[in-house]
Amino acid sequence: MNHAPHHVIEVRELKKRYRLGVIGGATLGDEIRSWLAKVRGRPNPLVPVGGELDAQRAGEHFWALRGVSFDVQEGEILGIIGKNGAGKSTLLKLLSRITTPTEGTARMKGRVSSLLEVGTGFNPELTGRENIYLNGAILGMSKAEISSKLDEIIAFSGIQHHIDTPTKRYSSGMKVRLGFAVAAHLEPEIMIIDEVLAVGDAEFQRKCLGKMKDVAASGRTVLFVSHNMISVRSLCSRVIWLENGQLRMDGPTEEVVRSYLHTYTASTPRVEWSKDDAPGNDLIRVQGVRVQQAGGNSIIERDEAIQVHITLDNLQIEDDDLNLGINVLTDEEVLVFGSTLRENSETLPTFRRGTLQLACEIPAGLLNSGNYRIHVNVFRSQKILFRVQDAIAFTVHESKRSVSYFGKRPGVVRPALRWWFVP
Amino acid sequence: MKAGLRSMGEREGDWSIVIRPEQPWWRLDLKEFWRYRDLITLLVKRDITAQYKQTVLGMLWHVIQPLTTTFTFAFIFGKAAGLSPSDLPPVLFYMSGIVTWNYFAGVINRTSKTFVGNANLMSKVYFPRLVVPVSMAVSSLVSYLIQLGTFLLIYGYYFLQGAEGWAPSPWLFALPALVALMALLGLGSGILVSSMTTKYRDLGFLVGFGVQMLMYASPVIMPLERLSRIPWLLTLFKLNPMTPVIEATRAAFFGYPIDWLGLLYAASFTTVVLLLGLLVFNRVERSFADIV
Repeated sequence: MNHAPHHVIEVRELKKRYRLGVIGGATLGDEIRSWLAKVRGRPNPLVPVGGELDAQRAGEHFWALRGVSFDVQEGEILGIIGKNGAGKSTLLKLLSRITTPTEGTARMKGRVSSLLEVGTGFNPELTGRENIYLNGAILGMSKAEISSKLDEIIAFSGIQHHIDTPTKRYSSGMKVRLGFAVAAHLEPEIMIIDEVLAVGDAEFQRKCLGKMKDVAASGRTVLFVSHNMISVRSLCSRVIWLENGQLRMDGPTEEVVRSYLHTYTASTPRVEWSKDDAPGNDLIRVQGVRVQQAGGNSIIERDEAIQVHITLDNLQIEDDDLNLGINVLTDEEVLVFGSTLRENSETLPTFRRGTLQLACEIPAGLLNSGNYRIHVNVFRSQKILFRVQDAIAFTVHESKRSVSYFGKRPGVVRPALRWWFVP
Repeated sequence: MKAGLRSMGEREGDWSIVIRPEQPWWRLDLKEFWRYRDLITLLVKRDITAQYKQTVLGMLWHVIQPLTTTFTFAFIFGKAAGLSPSDLPPVLFYMSGIVTWNYFAGVINRTSKTFVGNANLMSKVYFPRLVVPVSMAVSSLVSYLIQLGTFLLIYGYYFLQGAEGWAPSPWLFALPALVALMALLGLGSGILVSSMTTKYRDLGFLVGFGVQMLMYASPVIMPLERLSRIPWLLTLFKLNPMTPVIEATRAAFFGYPIDWLGLLYAASFTTVVLLLGLLVFNRVERSFADIV
């Protein structure tokens, strides 16, 4: 046609407003009662006593999307990222025509298949095969079209042996596989996917990612919403970042993901809890966690050892069966390593009663520069008692580097290895 | 070329899907509806197999229910109260009414649950929502046909015994048109109610009751000629759009004169209800996901 890029999706000033709370009754009876009360000048019986604030709020509106505009080109895999409540789901619902915008328009070319929740429309009484037909038809395929792809769909789902079993006997993973298999073979011009990959085993996830790449390679378009930055990075060529219902950033994946992560990785290198809030149970509680440099400095440099200090309150007895560990993760949720007290000490230490302080040291130069988080795990007799999720987050800086390259080196760890020529 | 496309932009010829806040109410995308015809077939099949699988008696239930009702009515209203017409076996009179009424009531009762009953599906996937009530109206036909077959057997039996004062009329061939009229009336009222039940759940319970009351205001039980002395009640009966349909069905089976004016009223009523239903349905299907 011409040199201008070929747009298949054009979103203009899309806005969506929801009403906060419901002032209207859920039933006609309620409606009549509140109308009667209004006529008689009495307080609305539906508003809870002392609930004036709620009553005020009920009339309020909430803008889930406040004017979002973007174009998507044919064959592009567009990632959509943002925190919960940023408007991602609303955007997808609008584009999948489940609900309508309050203002603005969106135009699309071709068939759209959306996988907001895989396997919806599966009838539990019907077999997998029957559900393929039903689900395919719901997504807009004709019967002939489904028949011609049936074998392919079954093979992709990997549940050949159970295809004639009612889907009520399927595990949730199997339903997801079947649902994705149907949707992926719809051959839509535009495919909308929301967090499907969160379910299913690693192998199936790889298959899904591969399929989505194929879909895009054949000139079709994929909109992919995810919290998982790794899949966004490996799949998308461009990312839009939504925040408070607005487009915060739109650009190449690396750029957007990096600044997204930068913004949302709050650094809390030290945390302390009051006695009542301290996570734990009647046996033991974690009072505080902090991370610092071996010298005590809270700014952590890559070339110095990092110490993790954990303050505990052992409430009950002197205990030989307690154990404590940490998991170190990157801000993309990749587990770097886990370590526990007992696997690393020759003698079996006793946890005496009262306040205890434990520390461990991550050797200098092991972690790469970047953001890390720590979960604290407390075990007793080999079983996990509780976990303090994301207890602390910290940044490993690298401000001194002697070589000429200044960018961040890849990898979650960057141990200082010894290199030599073997004579 | 490009400029031309821009100016034609409002026609949206280039875009297959345009999402915007307001859609003209009369916009019924029949082309899209037609593309989903296989979904209707599948939903009808699913409906039938689900009914068949779930109940012990399965399809037999469709026979037992009208038969029991017929004999109850024939006994109470026919024998005990002496309300059935003198020139017709009470069983034939009541069963012709009940079978006809059952289809209408079935369609309206089921389609009125379109939104509430499919909330989960509809808040996750897009498809023309009208597919659901239409498939319900179609799948209700199965039960109707079974009941009609049962009626025809009994009808044939009485006919062979010797019919006095009644005979089948050639208008029997027009029965499908009457069924279509009932289907549209049931569908129109059903989607109207279903659109309202998204906001007011208790309306759903009223439907079953309302339909029941409507039956008493129809000639299913009470022959119209018995009402000639109570004019206001007769008028009330005649306002019921199902009255002409039941009367015409009986006219076809028993060779009575056809009330064309009544049928015209029923057809006009159906048209209005259906258009109103589509209008409200169209509006609700667009905001439905936000309410539920």
